[in-house]
Amino acid sequence: MKTTRREFISTGGLLMVYFASPVLALAQYTSPNPGQSGKSHGNEFVDTWIRIESGGKVVISAGKVEFGQGIRTALAQIAAEELDVDFSRIQMTEVDTSYSPDEFYTFSAISIQQSGGRVRKACAQARQILLQLAADELTVTTAGLSVSDGVILDGGQATTANYWSLLEGKNFNAVVPDEVVVKDRKDYTLIGQPIQRLDIPAKVYAQASYLCDMRLPGMVHARLVRPPRTGLSLLRAETDGINSMPGVIKVIRDGSFLAVLAKREQQAVNAAKSLASTCHWQTTVDETNSDNISAWLKTAPAKTYPVTSRSSDKTADVTQTLSAEYSRPFLAHASIAPSSALALWDGNNLSVWSHGQGMYPLRGAIARAVDLKQDQVRCVHVESGGVYGHNGADDAACDAAVCAMSLPGQPVSLQWSRTDEFCGEPLGSAMTVSTQAGLDQHGRIASWKQVVWSGTHSTRPSGPDGAGNLLYAQSKDQPLPSPPLRSIPQPSGGADRNSVPIYVIPEIDVTKHLVEAMPLRVSALRSLGAYANVFAIESFMDELALASKADPFEFRLAHLSDDRASRVLNRLRDQSDWSNRPEGGSGEGWGMGFAKYKNLAAYTAVVIKLQVTDSGDIRLDRAQAVVDAGLVVNPDGVRAQIEGGIVQACSWTLKEQVNYRPGAILSKDWSTYPILTFPEVPDVDVEIIDQGDHAWMGVAEAAQGPTAAAIANAVAHACGVRVRNTPITPNKVNAT
Amino acid sequence: MTIDFTVNGKSVSLNIDPETPLLEVLRNDLELNGPKFGCGLAQCGACSVLLEGRSTRTCVTPVSAVNGMKITTLEGLGNEDHPHPLQLAFIEEQALQCGYCVNSMIISAAALLQSNPNPGNDEIKQALAGNLCRCGAQPRILRAIKRAAAASGGNGS
Ligand code: FES
Ligand code: FES
Repeated sequence: MKTTRREFISTGGLLMVYFASPVLALAQYTSPNPGQSGKSHGNEFVDTWIRIESGGKVVISAGKVEFGQGIRTALAQIAAEELDVDFSRIQMTEVDTSYSPDEFYTFSAISIQQSGGRVRKACAQARQILLQLAADELTVTTAGLSVSDGVILDGGQATTANYWSLLEGKNFNAVVPDEVVVKDRKDYTLIGQPIQRLDIPAKVYAQASYLCDMRLPGMVHARLVRPPRTGLSLLRAETDGINSMPGVIKVIRDGSFLAVLAKREQQAVNAAKSLASTCHWQTTVDETNSDNISAWLKTAPAKTYPVTSRSSDKTADVTQTLSAEYSRPFLAHASIAPSSALALWDGNNLSVWSHGQGMYPLRGAIARAVDLKQDQVRCVHVESGGVYGHNGADDAACDAAVCAMSLPGQPVSLQWSRTDEFCGEPLGSAMTVSTQAGLDQHGRIASWKQVVWSGTHSTRPSGPDGAGNLLYAQSKDQPLPSPPLRSIPQPSGGADRNSVPIYVIPEIDVTKHLVEAMPLRVSALRSLGAYANVFAIESFMDELALASKADPFEFRLAHLSDDRASRVLNRLRDQSDWSNRPEGGSGEGWGMGFAKYKNLAAYTAVVIKLQVTDSGDIRLDRAQAVVDAGLVVNPDGVRAQIEGGIVQACSWTLKEQVNYRPGAILSKDWSTYPILTFPEVPDVDVEIIDQGDHAWMGVAEAAQGPTAAAIANAVAHACGVRVRNTPITPNKVNAT
Repeated sequence: MTIDFTVNGKSVSLNIDPETPLLEVLRNDLELNGPKFGCGLAQCGACSVLLEGRSTRTCVTPVSAVNGMKITTLEGLGNEDHPHPLQLAFIEEQALQCGYCVNSMIISAAALLQSNPNPGNDEIKQALAGNLCRCGAQPRILRAIKRAAAASGGNGS
């Protein structure tokens, strides 16, 4: 995509950049007119969300970003449904702090609940206003009016009025009231349909779709020189010779932050490589490494939080007590696209194009980190590879901003290397989970105790106060203070997400120990603590079922009072042909796992069928899942999220562990951090139970935990070996 | 040094440092979007193109190595008006999440279908063993490739 000088224009003090590409065209959509209060884009204004545009278009601005999860398509479906316009009329804008609603982060699999609800209300209100305008124009009451693809009907007959004749290019000048009458679900024609994603054709035809496809005139290239792990100070670097290397524009050093800018990308790569060879980094004393981390977590200084405690007046007769301890190592987000960003500083205002998950929080953090006022910074989301949580995207955005501010008027494209990403991105925290349960004489669970040890799952740079979480802010000469340790409270929870079993158990006691200082940088990874907690609970449920001589499905069903949960399990039992499960110890294993995500979102049950060879190799044959996510906006979108979640969780569970020693992260590329390869991926079948009477629920993170447990349970079934620490490798299968 | 080659049927002549990675030339000089930077280490496949019909990793290929050769990128395989069967099949099967790997998958599949117009599941999986997808779209990608093979009447197209 070529952008010419002519296409740079200045709008309202912000440098706007215009693109020829249809896909990225909306990355520069101009700000709507201010709402009634003069505030340009408060979430309360209808105009912030919806614009009736020329060419028969309706432009919807939401605050949730796309990273392949299909959110923009689902939101477009909701908007078209509520407005009664054809789906093809809807255009979704990118999230841009110069006009988009502020919906904080796109995370936690809650976009549909949050943004879906807001878009629905804004569109319902817009429709009412348009109907009133039509009624005034036609001198009728709204009672007999309806809408078909934006045309106003009176008594079912088309009138001359339509959305565009009534309001094209103009403002609604209205707020979205708290209560709006929305469309009845029985009248839905679009919601519930497997509509194809809006973004896919451009991606398969290689039209500009991604941040890396933005090429601005005069753009220069930046690369970083990073320590072998985060948090090490730069003691010495020889920058002199670097400045005279071909194409090098400058070397930027601020404390331990080190970057090179060059005319061509490879020149920046070469310069960064040469510069790296002159660097001396501080070494650290760290008693942990990837082998002892799960034990260390239990001894580290921590803040303790009671998660839940429920006791029963009837003291049950416990005849058998079992206990076990599970763990997972540090995991990397490991996007196929290393983090990158584009930034432009015009001397007064800073524009940053980023693939991070929250443009408003990022704006505040960058402003603080580089000493600007928030209104001098504009952040625009543009897609890149999937992020799966808080990876290096926000850091790269700030890095690009710092580089751009040293070169006014010239756009800077900053690309992290593969190794920058592995060694710099915040990892999913290592976790240890212990469980203990008492069984009564009927083989029912009388009591359950669970203890979780983990680092934090939340160090996002959320606004100015979170700026200290940015790598640049930590590395610069005058580092910003680290924000205080954050414990995400229940009901969603962080390390303790899904740590409370959903089963009917008279006595439950769950405690979280949040380790104060982790040896490696950590933050949110898809599903946070739910992966390790569900892995532990659902592995332990199988261990308890075995002790009670019960079938895994039967055992769980006997401890469930939630009908929707039981329905999902019963369905999966049939679907997976569970009654024909092979004999245990045959080398072929079938295992299952179940969870209600966060104990308040989608119900997901997974069966894994696999083979364990004599040498302990594990071959996944098949994954089968049944999901109840309430009202489903786009069933194919839900299916894709569950499929992808299962495959990614198979990878985490069988292969992944960030290896490190005190001085360095050793997992720094795909050869040292292998993930599931194509031949290792199982067949995946997903069935969605339609629960249209219930609220819509997020699914993006729902499959991670159940899949992990299903694998462990299948391995135990195949060969009798219970592996409680992921990754479940042939070594561990053979060790016992 | 002047390097001449053909990209998507067009002749290109560049005066350039011969060590420049082909990926940079395609993306930054020729402004093609298909090949992507993923690792720069020949480990993921994101940067793949067809070089004389063979799937090749451009992040580790110096531009000098392609002098006189023919390159096809994802945009050269087809476009909205004249789509390649694989492109249509990827849309039909909605065979991507973030799609950052889609170039890698389609290019390698195109090379496979050239030599083996009617591959079985295992042959497809093996052919794509070095092409990474982090989103877990592989089950859909597999279906899309089979659909494309069938649509081409098993003659690869
Ligand atoms: S970028 Fe070339 S193989 Fe990864
Ligand atoms: S779809 Fe995201 S990496 Fe494959």
